[in-house]
Amino acid sequence: MAGLPSQPSSEGKLSAGVFDGIAIRLLAPSWLMIGFFLLLPVAMMLVYSFLTKEFRGGVIWEPSLAAYDQFIFDRGLFGDEPPVIEWTYITIFGRSIWQAALATVLCLIIGFPTAYYIATRPANTRGVWLFLITIPYWVNLLIRTVSMKFLIRDTGPLNQFLISTGMIDSPIHIVNTNFAVQLGLFYSYLPFMVLPIYAAVERYNFALSEAAFDLYASRWTTLRKILIPVVKPGIIAGCILVFIPSLGAFLAPDLLGGAKTFMIGSLIEEQFKGSAGNWPFGAAASMILLSMVLLVLMFYARQQTRAGNGAR
Amino acid sequence: MKNPFRQKSFQLGAAFLAAALATGTANSAEKLSIYHWFEYIPQELLNKFTEETGIEVTMDTFDSNEAMLASLKAGSLGTYDVAVPSDYMVKILLESDMLQSFESSELKNFDNIDGPWKDPSFDPGRKHSVPYQWGTTSFAVNRDVFSGDIHTTDMLFDPPAELQGKINVLDSQGELILMAQLHLGIEQCSTNRDDVKKLDALLQASKQHWVSFNSDGAKDVLVSGDAAVGQIFNGFATKAREEGANIEYAFPKEGYVAWMDNVVLLKDAPNRASAIAFMDFMLNPENAAAVSNYAQYKAGVTGAEAFFEDTIKNSPELNAPEGAPDGTFVQACNQEAQALYDAVWTRLKK
Repeated sequence: MAGLPSQPSSEGKLSAGVFDGIAIRLLAPSWLMIGFFLLLPVAMMLVYSFLTKEFRGGVIWEPSLAAYDQFIFDRGLFGDEPPVIEWTYITIFGRSIWQAALATVLCLIIGFPTAYYIATRPANTRGVWLFLITIPYWVNLLIRTVSMKFLIRDTGPLNQFLISTGMIDSPIHIVNTNFAVQLGLFYSYLPFMVLPIYAAVERYNFALSEAAFDLYASRWTTLRKILIPVVKPGIIAGCILVFIPSLGAFLAPDLLGGAKTFMIGSLIEEQFKGSAGNWPFGAAASMILLSMVLLVLMFYARQQTRAGNGAR
Repeated sequence: MKNPFRQKSFQLGAAFLAAALATGTANSAEKLSIYHWFEYIPQELLNKFTEETGIEVTMDTFDSNEAMLASLKAGSLGTYDVAVPSDYMVKILLESDMLQSFESSELKNFDNIDGPWKDPSFDPGRKHSVPYQWGTTSFAVNRDVFSGDIHTTDMLFDPPAELQGKINVLDSQGELILMAQLHLGIEQCSTNRDDVKKLDALLQASKQHWVSFNSDGAKDVLVSGDAAVGQIFNGFATKAREEGANIEYAFPKEGYVAWMDNVVLLKDAPNRASAIAFMDFMLNPENAAAVSNYAQYKAGVTGAEAFFEDTIKNSPELNAPEGAPDGTFVQACNQEAQALYDAVWTRLKK
């Protein structure tokens, strides 16, 4: 590395030399942004989650574990029964995780063939397909979610169409069900699955598939043993990009699900914007969510390292 | 010949410059920052205020009293001059030392405040707030779906078969729990164990009949037919009816929620004089009526009736029928009681 500047003939090394010594300063703006707008707020949340709640919102600067205690232990409605495990919040988290996981699987089932199809088109038409995928996303998520509600409601076009074809006699109730929430999540995040997988499949060397066929591998074996392992980083990236925002989503549950039950996002919102005004508990719930997401990401990182080692 | 012309043009130019400078200073000096509910003041009225006073207005909006409180607590106190909280929230702001007082002599329209609103329990003597609009929160029933007697809270908590599973309630703890308390005939903020248990049991049992918790869309679910019963503010019910929903607004015999929104003078207001001017402006009957005509609520200002449109004078949502009870105001509970009701609310939505 020390000899780099003395070898100006190599282009790559020359460009490295240009930024020698000032690389830190070039990074400074992004570090400032991350530090000020990401790490600082998260640190504040962490601190708040260990403080005492002030009545009707706010914190008192006295350390307390009350927020985590409330999350874990149930002392009855009046707070004087012997503590047992609190299932309320575990149920809410479990429901959100289940919804997010299901949305991820659905996105994968629909997204993978879509991405594969686009990546195998002639190079000059791929752009058009990608463009078509992104068009709906030029419109704000809120508007798209409300529009979806109009489409699937009892008197909406979907039900009217099904009734007019004679397939059903009375409208199917879709709005305000978990199915509607699923539909909303799936629709909202589908491109986040398609795009990374597309990028991976596009780089895939199809000679590998041909070689597999030459060696008498069936289509299924080729898919399972060759294609999927090679594009796996794209699949995992897509899953993470769908799973994490679905976990904190509140638009689809509120608008399409009828807000009858808390999801993680609405539970946290209620602690800050609702009557509860319990900032430490909201912060604690956020920290628990954040830790879970971090665990998922660490799992991903380990997978990546393992895959990297395997390739060598 | 040339000289006087030149001189005149010079004078003109100087006058323009002076005028520009004057307005420039006026703009930078006189501003007003309002923190208001969404869709609650017509833009024409704000324009009129600016025309009359030269004060430039900026406005941010909130969608619930609690959201407003959270924002003020999170550091926006000191950036707004006035806010428009409801009755119980005025009391909470007052107790949290987030308001400043004014003398009634500072407002030349102070005496326009309607009799019953001059000395409300949430701001005794009206030292921090003036009335904005008042109304009620009950529920409306779709008459195509149900034709029986609707003036009972059974519609929400013990509905007849044809309404079960077609009820939208507000996603608002205060208003829903108060309706349940009125239904059961128990005191607000009660910490009596039996009362709280009864309340909890009622909400748990009624939830199966409710299709959604929706506040922003309280009007839309009635218009679209997604819900046949909807808990709703009376002015919103008027709008839903005008948009074609065949609904009737109920005044239940067990009681219903009443509220008053108020313009309050916030602590550390950067433009106190502008805030006073705005409060005075809103006490002018014509201006108060302009909000009523826009939002379909009543103003607590004497003489505003003269400027009401006929839709307000004859509105079935605004004028309770003979024999209907008076509305009940939401009370701000103490910490112990509030913790209980928070727990009940979380259990309801778990």
